[in-house]
Amino acid sequence: MADPLLSVRNLRIEFPTRRGTLVAVDDISFDIHQGEVLGVVGESGAGKSLTGTSIIGLLEPPGRIAGGEIRLEGERIDTLSYEKMRRIRGKKIGAIFQDPLTSLNPLYTVGRQLVETIQTHTDMTPTKARERAVELLHEVGIPAADRRIDSYPHQFSGGMRQRVVIALALCANPKLIIADEPTTALDVSIQAQILALIKKLCREHGTAVMLVTHDMGVIAETAHRVAVMYAGRIAELGPVRDVIKHPKHPYTVGLMGSIPSIGHDLERLAQIQGSMPRLTDIPPGCAYNPRCPKVFDRCFVDRPDPIDLGDHLAACWLYDRADAGLGSERTPEAMTA
Amino acid sequence: MTAQPIARPTAATRPDTDRPLVQVDGLARYFDVSKPFLNRLFEGDKRQILKAVDGVSFEIPRGQTFSLVGESGCGKSTIARTVVGLYPPSRGKVMFEGAEISALTTRRAMLPYRNRIQMIFQDPYASLNPRWRVRDIIAEPLTAHHNVTDTGAIDRRVGELLSLVNLSPKDGAKFPHEFSGGQRQRISIARALASQPDFLVCDEPTSALDVSVQAQILNLMKDLQTQFGLTYLFISHNLQVVYHVSDRVGVMYLGRLVEWSDKKTLFTHPRHPYTRMLLDTIPDLDMTGRERQPVAGEVPNPINPPSGCPFHPRCPHAEDRCRAELPTAKPSPEGSMVACHAVEEGRLPAEPRQVAPAVATA
Repeated sequence: MADPLLSVRNLRIEFPTRRGTLVAVDDISFDIHQGEVLGVVGESGAGKSLTGTSIIGLLEPPGRIAGGEIRLEGERIDTLSYEKMRRIRGKKIGAIFQDPLTSLNPLYTVGRQLVETIQTHTDMTPTKARERAVELLHEVGIPAADRRIDSYPHQFSGGMRQRVVIALALCANPKLIIADEPTTALDVSIQAQILALIKKLCREHGTAVMLVTHDMGVIAETAHRVAVMYAGRIAELGPVRDVIKHPKHPYTVGLMGSIPSIGHDLERLAQIQGSMPRLTDIPPGCAYNPRCPKVFDRCFVDRPDPIDLGDHLAACWLYDRADAGLGSERTPEAMTA
Repeated sequence: MTAQPIARPTAATRPDTDRPLVQVDGLARYFDVSKPFLNRLFEGDKRQILKAVDGVSFEIPRGQTFSLVGESGCGKSTIARTVVGLYPPSRGKVMFEGAEISALTTRRAMLPYRNRIQMIFQDPYASLNPRWRVRDIIAEPLTAHHNVTDTGAIDRRVGELLSLVNLSPKDGAKFPHEFSGGQRQRISIARALASQPDFLVCDEPTSALDVSVQAQILNLMKDLQTQFGLTYLFISHNLQVVYHVSDRVGVMYLGRLVEWSDKKTLFTHPRHPYTRMLLDTIPDLDMTGRERQPVAGEVPNPINPPSGCPFHPRCPHAEDRCRAELPTAKPSPEGSMVACHAVEEGRLPAEPRQVAPAVATA
């Protein structure tokens, strides 16, 4: 396979506090290839948004990257100066956030914001930039784009605003878009429209997308591969279909079981006991050990690294080859049965 | 002041159980969203009335769950608030055990029903007083409704309630900020249960929660329903959750119920084009890699709803009649109630849906 567009290696994000250092993202590694949608899913506080913000270099102090590296097209971007990063942000990496209203300036027309962004990253003339802005608005599906371009953000509905934000992210034809919960604030019918738009952009422009969300349904529909995050670590990473149909990590198994599904008549949903540990008291060994139904001695001592299972990775001692002979109930077959 | 204990209907005095516990009949709730009088006078604007809910009727049998589902702004939360009496209805009535509670205007007249109807809100951060200890939050309905003054009895009851929602009785001494979102929602449920209600109105109780926590809360709500024979009015925009918890489901669009029936019929034989659209837009775990055609358009502004059937601008089956005439609900062959001209005229054939379980291994 070609070199990955984005490559994150052993990324570690820390927050120094008075009571000690909190590790919000702990040693995670993943790649995103051109034209690929990587879904990042997890509960609140799992570190998925922080991973996204660290890639675009918008990590807010006191949070800091304490280890590892982020490479875009082979070039390290986590060590760049603010000025240099500013040129990459927008040009090579676009961002879409949850709330379209906070991403747009209420005092300027969307046209002015689009033209400004286009001119920042390219040397187009104002007339050309405006033409490009209309083109972008048209592309993201805003009807009568040539007239709506002079409207203010408040004159658009939520779904239309999110389309404008996507148009803004596309201004300089970025290689990668970080989409952080892009549809969470929207109704389901609008969500379906926005997801279809994101998929279309990937297909037609070869843009790679890192889609951060808590909704497994959104991931299933949009992403090619998915990373399941838990307490700052990647629990499982693999092709969407495999992870959904044959989850390997006990956390993913629990997560999938806790999603109610239509046509599935259950008196009770499978539930994971307890809740995710706070960053201040992540247990030693595997972070999931207090809630895991399959826990055994080793989980309390050693921290599992992602183990290659052929089609996907799972950070769980159940799948450690050296440990496989110890008990039949711990084999992958027994887990997924 | 010496407070009279409020008489609670006992099993013997309760009316027959055949009658639905809650009946909502032609309920409407309008809001005046006009500009101030002087602005209207000088600018020549007319009064503007927002019809948040317009002519909604449904019944909830005792011990069952009726869900209202729809997109934001369709009026589902307004119904919830009107049913519990937070808003007086503009038209129509709400009946509880055959008594018209929406007509009760005084505090005193409403009092016997207050403790039997409770509400759980969406945001577990906003619905608990941050300055009160959990014990006091849960004890408030006890002291307010039952005039329990014995501190020991209150403490015992609060402990019971906390254990009921799988928290520790010791948690009563803590403040709400010490709990996670899911735990706060448990506290809200404990508070709602404190007055031993028959009917719980749940307005998006799990929308602010993560899925694994949502599963815990939904399981808890189901357990409590079995244990106490609770009746739920469940408001949600999440169709998967609605399928899981409901016995009957109503689909709302712009202040009206467009289709309602038992859950199986609604999900396997959706009739109304809007119901079909909603079902088509759910991100499905089974949808990986498949393409779908999303429905165009958005919910129109409820201040200026379209003429005729409010769904006609987005409906692929709209005809002249749909643009002119408001459809009334008629029973479909499958037994659901559908408000659609196309269905009534037979223009829209039945289109059974496969609702196969999505997750193979769990």
